[in-house]
Amino acid sequence: MRRYVPKDDVQKKAYYTDRYWVAPQVPKAKVSSDSVFAEDLKAIEAKFKVLDAYIQVEQMVVYIQPEDNFGVLELMKKELEYTQLSEMSAVDFLSQRGEFDIFYQMLSMSKRKRIRVKCAIKKDEAIESVEKLFRSADWSEREMYDMFGIKVNNHPFFKRILMPDDWEGHPLLKTYPLHGDEFAAWYEVDKIFGKEARDIIGPEIRDDAAVDRYDTKRFARLGHEVPFGAEIPEGEPAVKTEYQEDDGVFLIERFEKESSTVITDRDR
Amino acid sequence: MAQHQVNYTQDGGLPVALTTIDKVVNWGRSNSLWALTYGLACCGIEMMASGASRYDFDRFGTIFRASPRQADVLIIAGTLTKKHAEFIKRLYDQMTEPRWVISMGSCANTGGMFNTYATVQGADRIVPVDLYLPGCAPRPETLQYGVMLLQKKIRSEKAIKAQKPKRLL
Repeated sequence: MRRYVPKDDVQKKAYYTDRYWVAPQVPKAKVSSDSVFAEDLKAIEAKFKVLDAYIQVEQMVVYIQPEDNFGVLELMKKELEYTQLSEMSAVDFLSQRGEFDIFYQMLSMSKRKRIRVKCAIKKDEAIESVEKLFRSADWSEREMYDMFGIKVNNHPFFKRILMPDDWEGHPLLKTYPLHGDEFAAWYEVDKIFGKEARDIIGPEIRDDAAVDRYDTKRFARLGHEVPFGAEIPEGEPAVKTEYQEDDGVFLIERFEKESSTVITDRDR
Repeated sequence: MAQHQVNYTQDGGLPVALTTIDKVVNWGRSNSLWALTYGLACCGIEMMASGASRYDFDRFGTIFRASPRQADVLIIAGTLTKKHAEFIKRLYDQMTEPRWVISMGSCANTGGMFNTYATVQGADRIVPVDLYLPGCAPRPETLQYGVMLLQKKIRSEKAIKAQKPKRLL
């Protein structure tokens, strides 16, 4: 794993900045501006502690304490008619605030409203599973563990969902390198052939701009094929690329280009 | 029908053709290349199109089989993820020799656009590849041409030889 580097000052390195560019902010409205949301928030606040609440893009965002997540979602499902959990996952804010944001996107078909319930947990904290309320949380919580390493308590079948079971690391963390750490780079070689095969197979070629036209072990240019591994310093000979051999193929009639008719008029 | 009738009065009166064992065996092998059904991603759609009526692989003797025991050629059509790598190796090992591998499309050749932690950077890290087809995704004509080139390669080989096991290790 590489060290945490805060990504806040990425703009400082930009070679061009627009003098008149203003970072877009999604406007926030007060909850009292929507009567349905105001009543929902009142019902939640009566039983649980609400840290913050506002309306953004016609959706209410409610910040709660992480230990209340099951209670709040149960209240919303059974009393407030938010019967669907359309999405849930986490956001990595470890470098900025040292914690993850976990969000639950709720939908009420009867009220035609959406509420996003958010809570923040520290790195090594676990969260209670909401799988008993919403079956859709089953795979979402497994994915959250797979991608961020957030443990979920009382989940019926808690294991990785996307990456292999013996994978090390959690790929959606901001610290996880895009090309993978050493474990990821050698995963398939180690697993299939064993660690001693690393020297024979060699490291991955990660430079996607790497083109060596004289490399005859990986690619041959069409029309300039040479035998595998042949040495060509420059100017490989042109090869007539026809699929049939010059002396013909046993029992197969040769296609003669000269004696065939090429139709150029498409509207004939 | 009449023009296909054998004229017994011609060429000494006998319908005999002389050839070598190599040519007959390779003719059989190259014209009945049964391919393993192995569509991993969008290249698999092009592979299916190649097998369907418009491009019609059947006329080359290429019929897709669902079992590696019955397959001669493995067409790796699509992105090979690291999670899947062990399965492709196992299926390749289950195929009977002689066997050939076609790597179809950028992803199978080099990892392609998926320059990430989860993708094998070239199927030739896992199994030996005979033919690389460029493209993202290659058109059915490319796969057709690739199969024809593979046929040519098979015909140029000796049919009966000490089978050198084609393995990376």
